[in-house]
Order: sequence, then C-alpha cells, then structure tokens
Amino acid sequence: MLTDEVGQGGTPAVGPGNSTGHRGGASQNLVQLITPQGERVSHPEYDPWVRDISDEQLGSLYEDMVVIRRIDAEATALQRQGELALWPPLLGQEAAQIGSARTLRDDDFVFPSYRDNGVAYCRGVRPEDLVRAWRGNASAGWDPFTVNVATQQIIIGAQSLHATGYAMGIQNDGADCVAVAYFGDGATSEGDVNEAMVFAASFQAPVVFFCQNNHWAISEPVRLQSHIHLADRASGFGIPSIRVDGNDVLAVMAATRIALDRARRGGGPTFIEAVTYRMGPHTTADDPTRYRDANELEDWAAKDPISRVKSLLDRKGLLTADLEAAVAAKADAVAKELRAGTINMPEPEPLDIFKHVYSTPNSWLDRQQDHYSRYLASFGDPAGANSEEGAR
Amino acid sequence: MTQMTFARAINSGLRKSLENDPKVVLMGEDIGTLGGVFRVTDGLQKDFGKHRVVDTPLAEAGIMGTAVGLAYRGYRPVVEIQFDGFIYPAFDQIVSQVAKMHYRTQGAVKMPITVRVPFGGGIGSPEHHSESPEAYFTHTSGLRVVSPSSPQDAYTMIQQAISCDDPVLYFEPKRRYHDKGDVDETLEPGSALPLGNARVITDGRDVTLVAYGPLVKTARDAAIAAADEGVSIEVIDLRSLAPVDYAALEASVRKTGRLVITHEAGQSGGLGAELAASITERCFYYLETAPVRVTGFDVPYPYSKLEMHHLPSLDRILDGVDRALGRPNSLSGLEG
Ligand SMILES: Cc1ncc(C[n+]2csc(CCOP(=O)(O)OP(=O)(O)O)c2C)c(N)n1
Repeated sequence: MLTDEVGQGGTPAVGPGNSTGHRGGASQNLVQLITPQGERVSHPEYDPWVRDISDEQLGSLYEDMVVIRRIDAEATALQRQGELALWPPLLGQEAAQIGSARTLRDDDFVFPSYRDNGVAYCRGVRPEDLVRAWRGNASAGWDPFTVNVATQQIIIGAQSLHATGYAMGIQNDGADCVAVAYFGDGATSEGDVNEAMVFAASFQAPVVFFCQNNHWAISEPVRLQSHIHLADRASGFGIPSIRVDGNDVLAVMAATRIALDRARRGGGPTFIEAVTYRMGPHTTADDPTRYRDANELEDWAAKDPISRVKSLLDRKGLLTADLEAAVAAKADAVAKELRAGTINMPEPEPLDIFKHVYSTPNSWLDRQQDHYSRYLASFGDPAGANSEEGAR
Repeated sequence: MTQMTFARAINSGLRKSLENDPKVVLMGEDIGTLGGVFRVTDGLQKDFGKHRVVDTPLAEAGIMGTAVGLAYRGYRPVVEIQFDGFIYPAFDQIVSQVAKMHYRTQGAVKMPITVRVPFGGGIGSPEHHSESPEAYFTHTSGLRVVSPSSPQDAYTMIQQAISCDDPVLYFEPKRRYHDKGDVDETLEPGSALPLGNARVITDGRDVTLVAYGPLVKTARDAAIAAADEGVSIEVIDLRSLAPVDYAALEASVRKTGRLVITHEAGQSGGLGAELAASITERCFYYLETAPVRVTGFDVPYPYSKLEMHHLPSLDRILDGVDRALGRPNSLSGLEG
C-alpha cells in the first residue's frame, strides 16, 4: 500500500478492511496490485477480478496510458503555441482513467469532467474532438450518443446528478448497463455530488461514482475538503466504497469491475476513490509553484502510473523492442492526428452564434439574427465587425 | 496618486477594509495561498491570516450560506465567487436568504455581505466563465448591485460595498483587470461619489449613452470616435445597477433627447429593458426617438471564437447611436 500519501491528514489506515463491500465508517486500506516498483502483489479479494487480463492486454493498457499522456503533452504544446485557449492536463492520472474506462461496456454511459480526456479517448472520441471546445470552436466536442459519453462538464460536480438520473432511467428500463460519473476530490464538497449520492442510495441506482482524488482542487489540498478519506464519506449515504491506488491500472480495473458488477446485478451505487496525483498544473493558466511543494511532486513522480506498469511488463519479460516501437508509433500517430485536426479545424461562421439555442425557430431570435446579418452586411470588409476597436 | 491595475486596486481596497474593520472576513475558493485565480486577493492571507482570508471548500452554496451565519454573528463577509457562471449554486442562498433577511426580520438582522463576482466576457474562456448574470440580481429586491469600471472606482467602491449594511453584489469586469489607471489611495470612501450614484464620463449634447462595467471603456472610445464625425455623445457610467440613479439619467436624457443603452448580457429581460422603460416613463416628452439597446444576443454565451460577435463592439454601439439619431445605419429602411 501507499504509505507516504500527502495532503490528507486525519484518520490513519486501519486493518485489512472489507473493502469490496465496505459500509462501515472505518478508514480503508488502499487496494494495490502493482507496487510503485512494478512488482505484482497478490490480493485475495481483487485478484479474481483481473485474472483474465492477458499479457497482451496488459501491453495494450500500457499503450493506452502512453497514448493519452502523449495526447496530453501535445495538447499542452498546442496551447503554448496559441492553438488552444486552455488545456487541463491529466498528467499522472493515466492509470485511473484507463483502468476504469477500459473496464466499461459500450452501452454504459459516462458523465465526465473537463479533465477526463483519457476516458473520452478510450470511448472513441476523436483526438480533435477532445480539443474542439478548448480551441474555442464549439461549446462541446462530440455528440454524446455516438460514444456514450456526455460532453465535458465544467460546473464542478453537476455531472454526478446527471449520471444518477441516467442510472434511474436504466433501472426503469430494466437494462443492465451502468452510468459512471467522473469527478475530482474538490467536487465532493459540492451540494450536487452529495445530493447525487442521496438519490443514488435512495433508489439503488446503477451508478458508479468515480472520484479521482488527485490531491488538489486548483490550489486547495484535499484536506481542506475532507478530514476523512473521501471513500469513507460514502458510507454515510449508505453507499459501499472502495479506496484504490489510482496509479495502479490493474487495481483500478478490479475496483471498477466490482462496482460495475454490483450495479449490473441490481446492487446499487458504488463510490470509488482512486488515489492519484495531478502532476501538472490545474490548467495551462495555473501556476502550481505558488501553492505546491516541489518535494511533493517528486514523491509522486516515484509512483508514476506509466513507469509502474512498464516495470511490471519488464519484470515479466514482456517489454520487448517490438512492443515499445509499436507503442511509440501509435502515440506518434495519435499526436499527429491531434495536431493536424486542431490546425485544420474549420472556423465557425458568425451567424453560427444563433444556432441551436432552441430546437424550434423563435421569432425573438430570428429578429436578432436578421438584424445582425444586416449589420455584418453593412461592412465592406466583414472582418471589420470583429474587432472591439472598430473599423469606421 | 499611484498607477495600478484594476485588479490591484481592488486588492488595495480589500486591504484597507481588512485593516480598518476586524469584522471584515474574506471567503472563497483559492483566495488564500494562490491569491485567487485572478490574484485579486494576492498576499492578503499572508498578511491577515487564515481566519480573515479563508480558503473555503469547493461549495458555493456553502460559502454563501455560512456568510449568512457570519453576518448574523456580526461579521462583514466578503465572498469571492471564482467566475460568474459559478454563482448559480449559491443563487438560492443569495435570493432567498441574503436578500430577504432584513425585510423578514423587520430590520433586526443586517446582511452586510459583499459578493465579488468577476463577470463578463472577452477573455477567450471556456463555457460558464464569461456570463453577465446581473439581471437575476437586479430583479431581486433587497440586493444592491454595483459594477466599477475604473481602477479608482474599483478601489473606493469595494470599500463602500463592504461598509454598506445592505448586501452588495460587486460585479468586476474581468477583461479590465489588467487595465491601468491612477488611484488616489488617500481618498476616503465616505467623501467619494456615493456607491449608488452614476457618473457622467464624457459630456455630450446629441445622445445619452449608458454603459457599466466592461463596456464603459468601449462606450468612451465610441464617444471619441463619434466626435470625429461631429456627433456629441454623453457617456454615463451607471456604476449602480440596483438601485439605479435615475436622477442622473433623467438629467442627461432631458438634455440630449436620445438614449442608447449597452450591455454584454442578452437583451430580453436585461437591465437595458428596465432602463428603457423607466426613462420612457419619466422622460417621454423629452425623447426624440425610442431608446435603443445594443446588447449581447439572446443566446448562451458563445464559444470564444464567436464571442466578439456577441459582445457589443465600438462599431455596433455607433450603429446604435446612428439609429437613435436617425442617421443611416444597418437597419435603415426596416420598419419596427
Ligand atoms: C461550481 C464551480 N465552482 C468553481 C469552479 C472553478 N473550478 C474549476 S476546477 C476547480 C477545482 C476542481 O477540483 P477537483 O474537483 O478536485 O477536480 P480536479 O480539477 O482536481 O480534477 C475549481 C474550483 C467550477 N468550475 N465550478
């Protein structure tokens, strides 16, 4: 287990908790299947849930993690080059996102936050669609129903209620799919997340609350949000919870499978706290050196989720030159696709501003659109209407 | 006089209030170590301590609701809402509790709470970061709503808001945070222009142009441009959005006979509608023509590549001025 966590004081870990069906208030051990050194450790309760993961699948989890780190780095570079207005990096959270998202079925439905780009990638969102909104070319990057992923949520925690409502719908329909809400540690303070847990428990809705405790909500450490482990909060709502090493892709998979299985079988919601770390800034506009100790970053770099799974592959003799070359080629290709897709993205038209406000035409808005198009037409050079300084 | 940015001027005003009154407490997300995402509270926690400048959990209803309790206890909370679009989780506490407490308790409980809201667009932000929600609050009795437009006003008005016994929504035009101006830090808030008063920015005789917050600068630039074309615009910085200083507007409209109102918020149900109706009621016989509104469209705040179409620009304001003057404009030939 991770002994040197930072950020959250308070309750010490006690005993080997019954973490799969945890309902008590006692603090939980962190579930871990791969140590930071890449050693596979056995866990009687969790091992069965990942026993089917073949060597090849382990390699592909590694590939996914490398690819999303590369997407993240490329998007950050694009932002620095002025191609994106902003980007929220997920650096360090690859295992949490891949381990959980790769566990989902196609008909499960995901409600992500702005940072869950790795999850969206796993669901089949195209690279340029990940950055469409950050470039300022659209409000949302993709059609939720083509990939069963709601669009990125910026209002902290709002999506947890949406996931719960979706799960209530699944329940009414008698289906066995699951809704998954992704949110951060800070989000657990919001009313929406707490109300979502009330609803989920009341109706035993098939929803998984997947909290990535990356230790920081912009400048605020997790201890400001909670004096107990976040996973322990769930029991107060009557929701079982799991506290898992979020930098351990296998442990995250196992935990998510347990939660999904419970939901599919009518067992109701589960809260997963994936304990991880945001290694980068909150967004490209943030300066973490103002609030964060460099040592802390170093401690967590030693628990890097990618080097961990890489070491495991190495120990198992699976880290071949072929695998490395294939992974590098895939990352290069995706990064190239992202860059080209970003740079070649068509610019929106001025009158697009009036589209989709309502699903049926509306005379108020039609009038405003008509007036604005007359205004634009009154310029010889339509670009003149663009600047605040004016063109007269 | 000191040259400082708009953001720095608010910081300096907050510092003065913290120094002068031990009951003043700042609360909000990331306002401590980080100094706020816009650095408006930079250094204040270091100098006044964690009990005066409080980094709160990430919960807007929580921030606003606990501010109510602190006010009950005799404190004067100054709440920062990180961005305009995040005020809605706190909306219930503001409109149902903060606004009504004085009335409900027949004056026994005062709510001297200041809510600082960086608002408006023009900085290329994602969704929920560029909204102009002021009309929701001007519509709610019991709240005062103000918006400074210059570093000097930012400095004095924040102190006036904090010392006001009524709850004040203090809307900060975030795209002007880095604009610099002279600030007289010796100016006592008590001897400055009162919080509720509008100010004439440029004298004019042909048209009255009313703006507030981020658009005051654009309106002033429009007046300068119009002067080149021989049109004399009187620009009024509203400053107080609720209650409105109608005496100042009436005096101007009686002189010019024409009214143009501009704001970033959408048109329908916006503050411009209220100003147009009220001035029409009060100055009907002085008006040469119907009031003109130049506003954002009735659309959700658009993604950043299109925001400059949504925001009233200098040219769009001048086009509105032309309409008020009956000069050729983009709608010439259209009826109604
Ligand atoms: C309702 C609301 N309040 C404030 C914000 C501003 N904000 C954006 S991200 C963030 C921190 C979120 O932290 P956490 O939930 O831990 O997620 P993380 O960003 O670490 O993934 C804040 C305060 C917001 N987006 N929505």
